[in-house]
Amino acid sequence: MATAEEVAKAAERRDVRDRWLLSAPALLVIFLAATGPLLIVLVYSFLTPGAYGDVKWQFSSDAWTSVLLERDIFDDTLSLAAAHVTIFLRSIKLAVVTTIATLALGFPTAYFMATRSEKTRDLWLFLITIPFWTNLLIRTFAVLQIIRNEGIINTILLKLGIVSAPVQILYTDTAILIGMAYVYLPLMVLPIYASMEKLDFRLVEAGYDLYATRFRVLRRIIFPLVKPGVIAGSILVFIPALGAYVTPSVLGGGKNMMLSNLIELQFGQGRNWPLGSALSITVMIIVMVALLAYVRNAGKSGVRHG
Amino acid sequence: MNWKTTATAMGLALLASTGLARADGVLNIYNWGNYTSPDVIKKFEAKYNVKVTITDYDSNDTALAKVRQGGTGFDIAVPSQTYVPIWIKEGLVLETDPGKMENFKNVAPEWANPDFDPGRKYSVPWALGTVGVVVNTDAYKGPADSWGIIFNTPDELKGKVNVVPEMNDVIFAAIKYVGGQQCTDDKAVLKKVRDTLVAAKPNWIAMEYNTIEKMGAGDFKATSDWNGSALRQRLANPAIHYNYPKEGYGLWSDNVVVLKEAKNVDNAKLFQNFIMDPENAAGLSAFHRYANAITGSDKYMPADMKDAPEVVIPAAAKPQGEFQKMCAPEIQDIYTKIWTELQK
Repeated sequence: MATAEEVAKAAERRDVRDRWLLSAPALLVIFLAATGPLLIVLVYSFLTPGAYGDVKWQFSSDAWTSVLLERDIFDDTLSLAAAHVTIFLRSIKLAVVTTIATLALGFPTAYFMATRSEKTRDLWLFLITIPFWTNLLIRTFAVLQIIRNEGIINTILLKLGIVSAPVQILYTDTAILIGMAYVYLPLMVLPIYASMEKLDFRLVEAGYDLYATRFRVLRRIIFPLVKPGVIAGSILVFIPALGAYVTPSVLGGGKNMMLSNLIELQFGQGRNWPLGSALSITVMIIVMVALLAYVRNAGKSGVRHG
Repeated sequence: MNWKTTATAMGLALLASTGLARADGVLNIYNWGNYTSPDVIKKFEAKYNVKVTITDYDSNDTALAKVRQGGTGFDIAVPSQTYVPIWIKEGLVLETDPGKMENFKNVAPEWANPDFDPGRKYSVPWALGTVGVVVNTDAYKGPADSWGIIFNTPDELKGKVNVVPEMNDVIFAAIKYVGGQQCTDDKAVLKKVRDTLVAAKPNWIAMEYNTIEKMGAGDFKATSDWNGSALRQRLANPAIHYNYPKEGYGLWSDNVVVLKEAKNVDNAKLFQNFIMDPENAAGLSAFHRYANAITGSDKYMPADMKDAPEVVIPAAAKPQGEFQKMCAPEIQDIYTKIWTELQK
C-alpha cells in the first residue's frame, strides 16, 4: 500500500511532467528559432569562400585564423591582424562610451520622472517613448540635419556671430557619440525608471534625517536600490551599440569601419562569407564575455534589501 | 473616417486590384534604386498592356547574392558589365539573344559586341558612364583633371574631399594614379597603391555614396563620383565641375538581362527590345542622367544633356578611358585586404 506521502509525490511528478509536455512545443519553436540561424552561421564559418560570394562546401578553418591573424599580402609573414583588432577595439570603445553617456544622461532623467506626481509621470514616460515611433534611420538623419555645417546649430552660431566659420561636428567622433547617445537614451531611461518608480522615497527621507549628505544618499540608498535597472539599461544599450551600423556610418562619414561595416564588407564587396560568419560569432563571444563579467561584478557588490 | 467611406475606399481598392489582374501580364524588374524612368515604364505598360513592378537594390553584390538564392520572382535585372560574365557563368540568365532582336540595329557598333557578352547573347545596354573627379570650383580653381585631387589633395580641399566607397572603383583609380594596370597582381604596384591610399585618407572628410545632396549643401567640396551624379550636381550648382583624370579613368555600363527563373519571359524580351528604341533609350537617359548606347537617341535627349561634358566625353579625354573588368578572385582578395587596411 502506498502511503499518502508517496501518492502526493507521484501526483507532483505527474504534474511536473505534464507541464513540460504542455510547454514542449513552444520551447521547441523557441529553441529552433534561436539556434537554427546561429548554426547556419557557425557552419558557414568553417567553409571555403566561393569565387564570387556564397560558399563552397569544403571544410576550411581559414576564416577563423584570419579573424585575428593575417598573412601579409606583401611579405607573406603571419602576424596579428592589426586592422581587425583596431576595428574591434574601436567598436568596443564606442559601445562603452555610449553606455556611460546614456547612463550619465539617463539616470537624472529617470530620477526626475520618478519624482513627479503620479499623473505627470505618465506624460513624461510617453514623451520618452515618442522617438521610438520613428525609424532609427530617420532619427539619425534628424541628428545630421541639426549638426551639419548648414544645420540648425551652425546657422544659429553663425547668425549670432559667435563663430565666423561653421564648426565641423559632422563626420567626427563627437558626431557619432551625439547620435549614439540620442538614439539609445530611451533604452537606458526606461529600465532605470522602472526601478526608480518602485523606490520607497521614505528611505531617502530617513537618510536625510540621519544627516546623510545628498551625495551619500545617492550613493548608499538610491543607487543600490535602482541597480537592477542600471544593469538592465546598460546591457540594453551596450549590445546594440556594439553592432551599431547606421548611426556611425551616417554621422561618422564611413571613413573608419565599425565591426558591423567589417562584417558587411565580407558579405558584399569582399565576398568572404566564411570570414563574415566567423566575425559575427566573434562579436557574440565578446558580448557574452562582457555580459558575464559585468553581471558577476555587479552581483558581487550588490546590496540586499527587503 | 466612418464606415461608409471606408467601405467605398475598400471597394475602390478592390476594383483597382481586379483592374490590374486584367492586364495581359506582369513584368518584375529588379534594378538599382532611383534608376528607372517612370515615364518610359508607363509607356511600356500602355503599349503592351503589362503591369510592371520595380524592386531596388543598392549593389551588384546584393543583386547577385539574392538572385543566386533563387525564388525572387524577378524577370529582369541590370548588373554592371563587370558582373555580367559572372551571371552568365553561374547560369542565372536566360539566353534571349538580343543580338537578333528587331531594335538591335540601333545599338552603337562599339557596344554591339562587348567582351563581357560576346555577340550580345544575353544583355542589352541600359546606361553607360565614367568614374571621375568632381570639384566645386568655388573652393578650388586649379587643374582638377587628375586623381591627385583625391590621392594627393591640394591644400584648399584638405578635409573637404569625399570618396565614394566603391571598392573596385577606388582601387582602379589608385592603380591608375601610381601608373599600374587594372587587376594587376604586381606586388610593387599594389604596395604603392596601399601606401597612397593610407596616406591620402587623413585629407578625406568622408566615404559616402550620398554625393548629390552633400556636394549641393557644401558638406563636400570635391568627390570621386559617377558622371550622371556629377551632372545632377552641376545642374544644382554651376560651380561644380566633372573632370576626366588624365592618369586614366574607368568606363562602365549596366546591362539588362533576363533571369533564367523568369516567369514572364515574353514580356521581359519585349522590354529588352523596347529599350533599344532610340526614343525610349533617350527617355531612360533623361531620368538617370547617364548616356546610352543607342544611336539616334541624341535627338530625343533633353537639351541639358545633349552637350553636357559629363555625358559627352571630350575628344581630348577619350583615349584615357578604359573598360573596367572583374579581377580574378585571388586578386580581389588582395583588394579586400587593402580596403580593410584603408578603412581600419
